[in-house]
Amino acid sequence: MHPRTLYDKLWSDHVVREESDGTTLLYIDRHLVHEVTSPQAFEGLKLAGRKPWRPQSIVATADHNTPTKDWGAGIRDPISRTQVTTLDANMRDTQPKAYFPFLDRRQGIVHVIGPENGATLPGMTVVCGDSHTSTHGAFAALAFGIGTSEVEHVLATQCLITKKARSMLIRVDGRLARGVTAKDLVLSIIGRIGTAGGTGHAIEFGGDAVRALSMEGRMTVCNMAIEAGARAGMIAVDERTLDYLRGRTFSPQGEQWDKAEAYWRTLVSDAGARFDTTHVFDAAHVRPQVTWGTSPEMVVSVEDRVPDPDRERDATRREGMARALDYMGLSPNTAITDIRIDKVFIGSCTNARIEDLRDAARVARGRRVAGSVKLAMVVPGSGLVKAQAESEGLDRVFRDAGFEWREPGCSMCLAMNDDRLEPGERCASTSNRNFEGRQGDGGRTHLVSPAMAAAAAIAGHFVDVRRLS
Amino acid sequence: MQPFRVHTGIVAPLDRANVDTDAIIPKQFLKSIKRSGYGPNLFDAWRYLDHGEPGMDNARRPRNPDFVLNQPRYEGASILVARRNFGCGSSREHAPWALGDYGFRAVIAPSFGDIFFNNCFKNGLLPIVLPESQVDRIFADVAAFPGFKLTIDLEKQVVGTTDGSVAFPFEVDPFKRHCLLNGLDDIGLTLQHADDIRAYEARHLASQPWLA
Repeated sequence: MHPRTLYDKLWSDHVVREESDGTTLLYIDRHLVHEVTSPQAFEGLKLAGRKPWRPQSIVATADHNTPTKDWGAGIRDPISRTQVTTLDANMRDTQPKAYFPFLDRRQGIVHVIGPENGATLPGMTVVCGDSHTSTHGAFAALAFGIGTSEVEHVLATQCLITKKARSMLIRVDGRLARGVTAKDLVLSIIGRIGTAGGTGHAIEFGGDAVRALSMEGRMTVCNMAIEAGARAGMIAVDERTLDYLRGRTFSPQGEQWDKAEAYWRTLVSDAGARFDTTHVFDAAHVRPQVTWGTSPEMVVSVEDRVPDPDRERDATRREGMARALDYMGLSPNTAITDIRIDKVFIGSCTNARIEDLRDAARVARGRRVAGSVKLAMVVPGSGLVKAQAESEGLDRVFRDAGFEWREPGCSMCLAMNDDRLEPGERCASTSNRNFEGRQGDGGRTHLVSPAMAAAAAIAGHFVDVRRLS
Repeated sequence: MQPFRVHTGIVAPLDRANVDTDAIIPKQFLKSIKRSGYGPNLFDAWRYLDHGEPGMDNARRPRNPDFVLNQPRYEGASILVARRNFGCGSSREHAPWALGDYGFRAVIAPSFGDIFFNNCFKNGLLPIVLPESQVDRIFADVAAFPGFKLTIDLEKQVVGTTDGSVAFPFEVDPFKRHCLLNGLDDIGLTLQHADDIRAYEARHLASQPWLA
């Protein structure tokens, strides 16, 4: 057999039928569900008199609308509450494999709870009505976001009608320098290939620098594949993948584990496998990244300055840059380290896992949030992450430094709950999107790593975390 | 789903690249559990001068006179033309729901976000990819001729001026085209293969029992 990519293997293992034009009925192993993109799908199913095909494929949680403080008061916003109770009702009717509702000990961001419970496994097809489903590709799964009509389609048929994407290899050679994280790596990749660089592709991240990342770092990289335009990002199985999964709640055990492991070890791209597109990066060149605009591709290193639109030759790009600078309230050529911030958000499906919190706590320990910073908040990715952090005393480190320590959820990544920026406020955020209004109408988002966010909180402006003692 | 065969309509130009789905329909409107009613909040942050929340009387809100959809010449527009990477970002299907609810039947751009592109077809909204030079030409024509209209013929896969003087062919996936032309519900189509799905599933779960 000719050499195959990881994507080829994952794809062909899930083909139920293929038409002559390539239109494929693809079987879905894991369906992750949250409250925002599922109510219309369940309603459609009911109206058509259909039932979920395989409820055991479903793992669900409420994360987007849930508050991150005063949990005893419940969900105050009546519209948000309705959306969450609608999910409660749909899950009661469905009897899924697992449902972690609001207030549950294991509730959290859907892309955090899947992996931490072993509900995301290598070789799976994983979908969710959420674009950051690409996160799960870190486990050599084919994982991608879908719309609500497709959520309904998967509920009704356990399949999707789709076509194979082109394949892209992003190979990162060498190793990341101290103080440079997975977040900096993926931001710098997006800066190079652009937010449409991966459109129409499934990206495999490989190379020594990617192999050297922890599973959590790999999740951060795959999470932002969608910010490079690719629905799916993925990384081959290795010892680290297996070590992470052993003993998790829904991981196979005993004889089944052995059988699974033997199969999972085949989930790598064969030597000589051909990709439609290949990009090669050198990890040694990656420095801590800070976005300056309203698209994740508008990113520079912390040592750089805000770029000048007048130097851009492409008219559409130039206008986009000028509009972004106007929205962000920034002047060309400003040093990144001269940009002062009002708020800090450490959280989201990109950066709210235990290692992210440890990274941020290392910077915060024994220091104080600058007086000019109105709010610095840490929102753990799940109840389990929160409990782990508290058992390590990280909550105390953050609180002592002046950070707020919150309950888990999506929070100010997209500001569907009460956590948001006010117009004109500037935020150092560990989330994934710096779009206009993403964190609140008129809010200004700078995407950074957890350590860089913590460092900005302490200094009141961006600083190079590598220079902190 | 409403079929799409031939459509003629006024073209509104949105001269921006990387228009994300957060901009198309902001997060506060995603709390609804319905599929309809999103039209008045399409491009909410750009269209109105105040901050919008669900339940507001949108007819009374101050409009941004500079925003293209508020300009009288584009009233009743049903075709949107935009720059590259339209619909990037969040998977929210509320974006095509809002565009459709407003009255748009098609969006023309040099490229689209993958998930948005896919979601459009499920909702009778046709996304058309044209080369940048042709999109430039449409922007120029829209600017030059108030009330400028285009006719989109999905059967023939051509978008052109109503007098036929300009006609740009476009590509569309044959299966998606078939569903859109006939307004087909693809769940029904898939369930015609239920036996194949059951047979695959039995094999798949037998060989990888940890997936069951």
